[in-house]
Amino acid sequence: MAGIDIIKDKCVGCRLCVGACPFGAIVMVDKKAEITEACTLCGACVSACKFEAIDFEKGEVANAVDVTKYSGVWVFAEQKDGEPESISYELLGAGRELADARDTELSAVIIGSGLGNACKKLISKGADKVLVVDDESLEKYNDESYSSIFTQLIYKNKPEIVLMGATTYGRSLAPRVASRINTGLTADCTKLEIDPEDGKLLQTRPAFGGNLMATIICPNHRPQMATVRHKVMKELEPDESRTGEIIKPIVEIPGNTLVKVKDMVRTITEMVSLTEADIIVSGGRGMGDPKNFALISELAEVLGGAVGASRATVDAGWIEYNHQVGQTGQTVGPQVYFACGISGAIQHLAGMSSSDTIIAINKNPDAPIFKVADFGIVGDVMEILPLLIKEFKAVLG
Amino acid sequence: MNVIVCVKQVPGTNEVKMNKETNTIIREGIEAIINPFDTYAVEEAVRLKEKTGGKATVLSMGIPSVADLLKETISVGIDEAVLLSDRAFAGSDSLATSYALSMGIRKIGNYDLIICGKQAMDGDTAQVGPGLAEKLGIPHTTYVRKIEEIGEDFIRCQRMTEDGYEVIEMPLPAVITVVKEINEPRLPSLKGKMRAKKTEVNVWTADDIGADKALCGLNGSPTQVVKTFVPEHDVDSEIIGGTPEEQAGTLARKLLSMQFAIEVQEEE
Repeated sequence: MAGIDIIKDKCVGCRLCVGACPFGAIVMVDKKAEITEACTLCGACVSACKFEAIDFEKGEVANAVDVTKYSGVWVFAEQKDGEPESISYELLGAGRELADARDTELSAVIIGSGLGNACKKLISKGADKVLVVDDESLEKYNDESYSSIFTQLIYKNKPEIVLMGATTYGRSLAPRVASRINTGLTADCTKLEIDPEDGKLLQTRPAFGGNLMATIICPNHRPQMATVRHKVMKELEPDESRTGEIIKPIVEIPGNTLVKVKDMVRTITEMVSLTEADIIVSGGRGMGDPKNFALISELAEVLGGAVGASRATVDAGWIEYNHQVGQTGQTVGPQVYFACGISGAIQHLAGMSSSDTIIAINKNPDAPIFKVADFGIVGDVMEILPLLIKEFKAVLG
Repeated sequence: MNVIVCVKQVPGTNEVKMNKETNTIIREGIEAIINPFDTYAVEEAVRLKEKTGGKATVLSMGIPSVADLLKETISVGIDEAVLLSDRAFAGSDSLATSYALSMGIRKIGNYDLIICGKQAMDGDTAQVGPGLAEKLGIPHTTYVRKIEEIGEDFIRCQRMTEDGYEVIEMPLPAVITVVKEINEPRLPSLKGKMRAKKTEVNVWTADDIGADKALCGLNGSPTQVVKTFVPEHDVDSEIIGGTPEEQAGTLARKLLSMQFAIEVQEEE
């Protein structure tokens, strides 16, 4: 069994470990460090200690596999109506770099119905191989059938790395598959790179609402699985001259699934969905009145963007929950994010601070949103927004 | 209908302050709370129990002090609380957590539905719900915003998607993870508070639930954290001054001169 202990003779009582512990699990007793039951065995204290006074016994790892038997980088290509979603291309962009660094092949796995065109597109966007499971019964995403097929493919082909989108489906499929295979899964990675020394996948992700970053490895299990949010990785320019292999693997397609998708309903009628938008215009309580959200929609429309909202406005019933940006809503990363009348509570920042350019318009010069904003306007949104719409309309028509 | 709700203890705030000189985390007076997303799961379990009869049990894994937090759920209508607490669970990632919870659920037994919050506020992984369902060998649906109908042996629910929702039907027992849209959690009643005071939380060890310790905690966790750091938020903020007309004009010009705006123009 794993365990951690302070070697009392070596501990000088410097308290470095106390500060390094992310869980407050180290206290000082008689000028020596002591580890409490709140310890999660994360090991942060071990590297912080300059006196080698912390003994960390990791113990035998369960279900370890022979990692040398696994090779290749896989991307789960999500599709809708036979068309790959943009996240699939973003994952291929990230996967391409990893595959090159590992000197191996990049494969896209696509499951659905009527996927002929999709396969070619995936190759033009960086895939060396496309594993396609095309069947009428697989038209709609289904947790049961998709996880069954994906697991079969992993068992048979033994990929080293598997990337999925941190989308509604990806965040359901990935943990189901990882749990069946007994491998590690790291959610919402913002950075993926290969350790130049040992070839392991270094997976960096935000924790505590983005206030802390953690780099995670999966040393003894394969595949190394990670999900990646929208707009975090860059897709490659399509190259029609690229060639690749399209493979139809033999898998057992579950016939009569227990889980049934009865209906799919679209409630968001805007052209651009929040997570995929390049430009988002968000309104907060500073808009004053639900009627004034029309200005938010108008600016979004002029710019070809999507409408976002703060939690306060959703809770007040001004706008639907699907529009909510932030920790309890959606995480977005557009090129430009307009925060109009949003003060910038930490929970809101957690959902949008990875945007490329942030614009804040707020009456209160001390609003926290200005701390993350690239451009700030201290003023009344009701006055600024119409002027801004006019300016953009004049140029964009 | 017997419902089990899985909840997690998380820090009451996500703010992480660093001492720049020593590069260590400053932690002062951070209280522990029940993961806010899990409170919707608790409420939904209590509503189902009230509607259909049966029992609502809350389950958590954590340090012994989590027992006090579990009592809060009793004050809003949960019948029984179980805490899995053992040094063997320390260092669990989402896979080891899924395993331990599944063993706890097997010991509780006789369940129809398991409800989890959509994700924990500290880790944000959303992995334990589906991972747990897999370990129990039962179906799951994530991001549930409404239970349309629930019968003796099936559930029909709405799963929130990027542009709307899906209606999904699955047999029971099953796992659902819920979003905040599903309900509005009630406040504890006086009677509930009294009952919470009197109720003992069942604390079970790894041995109590028959868990294989090799699959628990750090040893049962394929993932390892190798480094943690506070991200740099160095933004060169530019505050645009002038009259409102000048402010709007300057901002528009700055944005239009950037790459993204050119793309917009082409689309128009």
